[in-house]
This record gives sequence, structure tokens and C-alpha cells, in this order.
Amino acid sequence: MIELLGEAYAYYLANQTRFWTEFGRHLTLSGAALGISILVCLPLGIWAARHAASAQYLINAVGTLRLVPSLAILFLAQPYLGTGFTPALIALTVLALPPILINVYAGLLGVERAIVEAAQGMGMTVQQQLLQIELPLALPVILAGIRIAAVEVISSATLAAFIGAGGLGIFITRGFALFEPRIMLVGAVPIALLALGSDLLLGQAERWATSYRS
Amino acid sequence: MSMLVADELTKQFPGESQPAVDAVSFTVEPGEFIVLLGPSGCGKTTLLKMINRLYEPTSGRFFIEGVDARDMPVTALRRRIGYAIQQTGLFPHLRIAQNIAVVPRLLGWSNDRIEARIDALLDLVGLPREFRQRYPRQLSGGQQQRVGLARALAADPAMMLMDEPFGALDAITRTRLQDELMAIQRKLHKTILFVTHDIEEALRLADRVMVMKDGRIIQFAPPLMLLAQPEDPFVAELTGASDLLRQLSLITVERALAHPGLQPSTDETADLTPLHPQDDLRLALTRLLSVGDEGLVVVEDGRMCGRLTLNHLQAVLRDTALLGAQR
Repeated sequence: MIELLGEAYAYYLANQTRFWTEFGRHLTLSGAALGISILVCLPLGIWAARHAASAQYLINAVGTLRLVPSLAILFLAQPYLGTGFTPALIALTVLALPPILINVYAGLLGVERAIVEAAQGMGMTVQQQLLQIELPLALPVILAGIRIAAVEVISSATLAAFIGAGGLGIFITRGFALFEPRIMLVGAVPIALLALGSDLLLGQAERWATSYRS
Repeated sequence: MSMLVADELTKQFPGESQPAVDAVSFTVEPGEFIVLLGPSGCGKTTLLKMINRLYEPTSGRFFIEGVDARDMPVTALRRRIGYAIQQTGLFPHLRIAQNIAVVPRLLGWSNDRIEARIDALLDLVGLPREFRQRYPRQLSGGQQQRVGLARALAADPAMMLMDEPFGALDAITRTRLQDELMAIQRKLHKTILFVTHDIEEALRLADRVMVMKDGRIIQFAPPLMLLAQPEDPFVAELTGASDLLRQLSLITVERALAHPGLQPSTDETADLTPLHPQDDLRLALTRLLSVGDEGLVVVEDGRMCGRLTLNHLQAVLRDTALLGAQR
């Protein structure tokens, strides 16, 4: 095993330029998918929480979207969107939407009604209530949603290599095709570390956002 | 000018057969401490929330210092009325200083003015200034409620709405906070509308008690009148009108000294255990029974301001009993 890792490291040293290009592409793809999802889900989740009765159907529909496997989303996108960066980005965004949207919605609904009413009764405008009270109190739940989405997106971005979008998945497909486990490890280990790292980082952010509770 | 005038205020929630508040009219003068008292569902909280327009009246009007409340922007109206609720109303993610500063910030006060105000308010409600940087969760229930009181007082509003602010506290803490609220009220002379379902709390705190039932005002009178002349069997039952000791515990030494027809004695004999003007007559009676005829001196801020004897006490009681006999 140690020997295999040594060989993988040797492969990395020999192909550094290529590795960092794919590493960058993997990060760009995941980061863009997450960013777009957050930008879409924040306003949508706020709207849904304000219209909880009618938005329930939307939330349920989005929830069922999570049942579709990420590989299927990627391959389903291909006939319509072709290959390359854009279809991979769209597929990964669709993957990231449900956990973030559901957590924005649930986080806002979870804010105690009496607290919001106190803010209102003290003379805060609707916007001030949202920015100063509701969003900060929902933040830990929202961050948890982003954390789930980030881990999912980073690991699923591996599959983007199948439709020509590049990323660290390239090394896995190549290693698989050549029966060279050491090349697969050059992709697999950094992906695992990235997913783990984002999980730790966002977990830390969650703890920071709830520090007032201790 | 009256602080608050309500004219046929009504709130009908959709889908309810009875209005929650039914054509209620009343007037509150500046500096009055009004307690809204009644069982749950009587409409007292609904009435309170109409005053800061968390609920809009279905019909009727009300005026704050002569101005129709509908003619004021709703956020401006709320910022000039202090609002305190059970301790859940503190913002858990904001430090104590930030919680207190909410309304002054909304009003755009300068930072220096806000900082000075936070210190003054922490002193006023008896909390150490070190608490500024703490979060609500790091305080006890009683301390949190003091912060709630400081927050409601922050922008120095003329009127305060308090919705069962001491409801979640244990009996000892509640009594202590009631005492301090009364002390603060004697200093600041706010107009206070205070909701409770606790009859003892109502009788202790109120200048006038508004007894509500089924959305209507049954009686709106000072505590002594409520005890002596309940206008309704409901009120009599609520107050337990025959309880003499409770009546005594509701009258302060100060009120007894001011009783008409009695000259306050200023004889300068020192006692070991002087009375305070804010002590109640139940305590005074206990002490008087042990010292005998010469009575007890009443001392305020280290100065003697009168002497209370058993004769005073009997005179006050005679009048109260007389009031009771007239009904």
C-alpha cells in the first residue's frame, strides 16, 4: 500500500502541470456549482419560508430530486447539453440545490416566532428582521445544508471526467482504462482530502455561527 | 393630554365566532401603571398587541398623545413604545449590549450616546456592566428579564407595553423584579400597560387594573376599589374580596400616612426597626403588634417622614370596610 502511494507520488511529480490544471478545474467546477446553488437557494428559500403553505409542494418536489443518482443526472444532461464544462456545471448545480434549499427553508421556519415578533414589535422593518434576526439565527442550519452539498458536489465532480469536463476524475478514468491503480490514486486521494477538508471547514463555520449558544 | 385613548377597539380574527377584543374603550393618563388582568383567552394580549399594531384593529380607533395611531408610520410608532415580553424575546445571537441597543440603533443614535445609554440602563436595572459582552444564554432567567426591561427602556419611551414579562420566573425572583419595576417606575413615571394572569402581581403593581373577560372590560379601577367594590361576581371571585390580610399587603405605609383626617406625627423618637414608605401594611401590622402604642417611625433616605400607629391602621381599614359595605 505504502509502495503504491509512493508510485502515485512519483506519477504526480512527473505530471505536476497536468495535476494542478485538473485540480484547479475540479475546484472551479465544484465552487461554481455551489456558488450558483447558494445564490438561487437563498432568495428561493426565503420566499418559500414566507409562503410556507404553498411552498410545501416545491420543497417536496425538490426533495424527491435528491433521489436521482448523480451519475444519472450527468448522463441525462449529456444528450441535451452536449459535453464539456457547462453540462457538468448544470448537473452539479442540480445536485447541490436540494440540500441547500431545504435547509434555508427549514432554518428560517425554525426561528422562534416570539423572537421575530419581538423584533417586529420593537420597530424593525421586514428587511431588518430578516437580515439582523432571522438569517443569523437560521445560519447554522443553512451552513449545514451547504456542507452536505459541498461534500456531495466535490465527490460527484469526479464523474464530470466522463462527459469531458475534466477535473481530478480524469486520473481515475485513465488509471481505470490502463489498469494502473497508482494513476487512480492521484485522482482519488486529493478528491477525498478536498471533500474532507470542506467538511471540516464548514463544520468549523457552523460552530462559529452557534458560538453564542455555549 | 391623555397618553392613550381607545375608542371601540375591536379585533375579530378570521374563523372565530367571537371577537377576541370586543368594542373596548378606555383612557390612560401619563404616568399610570395599568395592569391588564384576566384568564387566558380573555383578549388582554390581543389588546396589547393592537397598541403597537402587531395586530391591526378590525374596527375602532386609538390615539397616542392625541394622534390617531393609523396616521403614524407603523415602525415609527413601535420605536417610540417600549416592548418587553417573556425572556424568549431577547435575541440569543446578540450580546447583552447589542440587545439593549436595538431601538437606539434603529433610531440612528450616535455610538457614543448608545454606549453611555447601555451603561446607564445596566446600572438602572441592577446588572453589572461586565454583562455587556455576554450572551443571553449566559444569564439567569431573572437577569435576562432585567435585560428585557433595559431594552424596553432603551430609547426612553413615554409608554411601555409589557406582556407577562415575569411569567416564566420563580416566585422569589418575580417578587424582587416587581419591586424593582415599581422602584424604576417611581423614578421614571412611564405609562405602562402590563399584561398578567396573576392576580397578586396585578394588585401589587397597578395604579389601575383592567379586568378583562371574553374580550370585554369587566372593571377598570384601582386595586383597592377592585377589592372593596367588585362590580361583578367574576371580579369578586378573582380578587377574593374578603381576604383582609391580602388587602393590608396591598396598601403601602405611604398611602396610610397620607390618609385624610390623620395628622402625621413627627415625634422624634428613634426606633430600632423603622418602616419604609414602600412597605405594605401587612408587614407594618406585624411590627406594630410587637412595639405597642407608640408606633413606628417611617424613614425614607435616612430621614424620618412620619410615624405610623395602630390608630392609623384602624382608620384605613375602617374606610376600606365601609367601601365594601356599600356594595
